[in-house]
Amino acid sequence: MALDVLIVDDSAAIRKILHRVLIQAEVQLGKVHEASDGNEALAKLKTEKVGLILSDINMPNMDGIEFLTKVKADATHKHVPILMVTTEGSQAKVMQALELGAAGYVKKPFTADQIKEKLEGLI
Amino acid sequence: MEVVTQLDIEQAISKAARDVFETMLMLPLAIDASMIKQKIEPETYHGVVALVGVAGSWTGTGHISCRPQFAQRLAGALLLAEYDSVNDDVLDAVAEVANMIIGNVKTILEEKLGPLGLTVPTVIYGRNYHTRSAGVKDWVLVRLHSGDETMDINFCLMPSRIHPHLAHRPELQTV
Repeated sequence: MALDVLIVDDSAAIRKILHRVLIQAEVQLGKVHEASDGNEALAKLKTEKVGLILSDINMPNMDGIEFLTKVKADATHKHVPILMVTTEGSQAKVMQALELGAAGYVKKPFTADQIKEKLEGLI
Repeated sequence: MEVVTQLDIEQAISKAARDVFETMLMLPLAIDASMIKQKIEPETYHGVVALVGVAGSWTGTGHISCRPQFAQRLAGALLLAEYDSVNDDVLDAVAEVANMIIGNVKTILEEKLGPLGLTVPTVIYGRNYHTRSAGVKDWVLVRLHSGDETMDINFCLMPSRIHPHLAHRPELQTV
C-alpha cells in the first residue's frame, strides 16, 4: 500500500533531498506533501492523511518541537510516526523530542543510509 | 562556565565542515589553519554569503562566503543537479550548507557554553557589497579548499548582554 508522507523543513533543498532519499529507500510512495514550518504542516494535516512525517526542529513561525507536541495531542494524527531530521544536535533537544513522542532522530548532515535505517523501523 | 578558545572554535568549524562535505556534498576538502581576523572595516564581497546567528548566554554570528561558481557547485552536489547560474535552488542550498555547518559548530560549543539557539539562515548574493557586524572586532576565520575553489567560514562569539558578568572576564572576549 502506498505511503503518503509529509516533509516539514524550511529549506527547500532539504525537502528535495529527503524526497529523493525516500525514493532511493524504495519506499512505496503515494503523495509526498511539503511544508516549510509547523503552521503549514498542521494546515496540510487538516486536509491530507499521511502515514509518515519527517520534520526539522529549527523553523520559523512554529518550530518542530511545537509541531510535534500538537500532532501528538491530536487524536486523528497522534499515531503517525514522526522522524525528526535536524541540525539541532543538543542532547536535551533529542531527549525532549523523544519524550514528546518522536519516533526517531537523525542529525544533519545525514547519509541516505541513515534515513533508510531509521525508516525500516517505522514503516 | 568554561572558556572557549580560538582553537575550540577552529576545531568545531573544521569538524562540522568535514562532516558536511564528506556526508552530504561528497566534494574534496582541505582546510587551512585558522586565523583571528581583525575586522574593523567592513568586508567587501563578490559572490554568495550565508549568515546564521547564535544566541543564548553567548551570542554571535557565523557566515560562509564563496564565489558564485562554487555556490553552483555546492548546490549541484547537494541536489544532484547542474546549475549554470545562481538561482533560488543555489541560494537555498548554500543557506542549508551554512545552517548545517554553523548548527554543528553550535552543538559542539554547547558542551562548554550550555544551550544556544540558532537563527534561520540568511543568504545574500551580489557584486561589490559590504557587510559589517556591530560591536564585533575579532573573528575566527577558517578557509576551506575544494578543488580550485575556496570557501571562508567566519565565526564570532561573545558573552551575551543579558549576562554582563561575563563581559568582565577578558579571557572570554577574545573570540
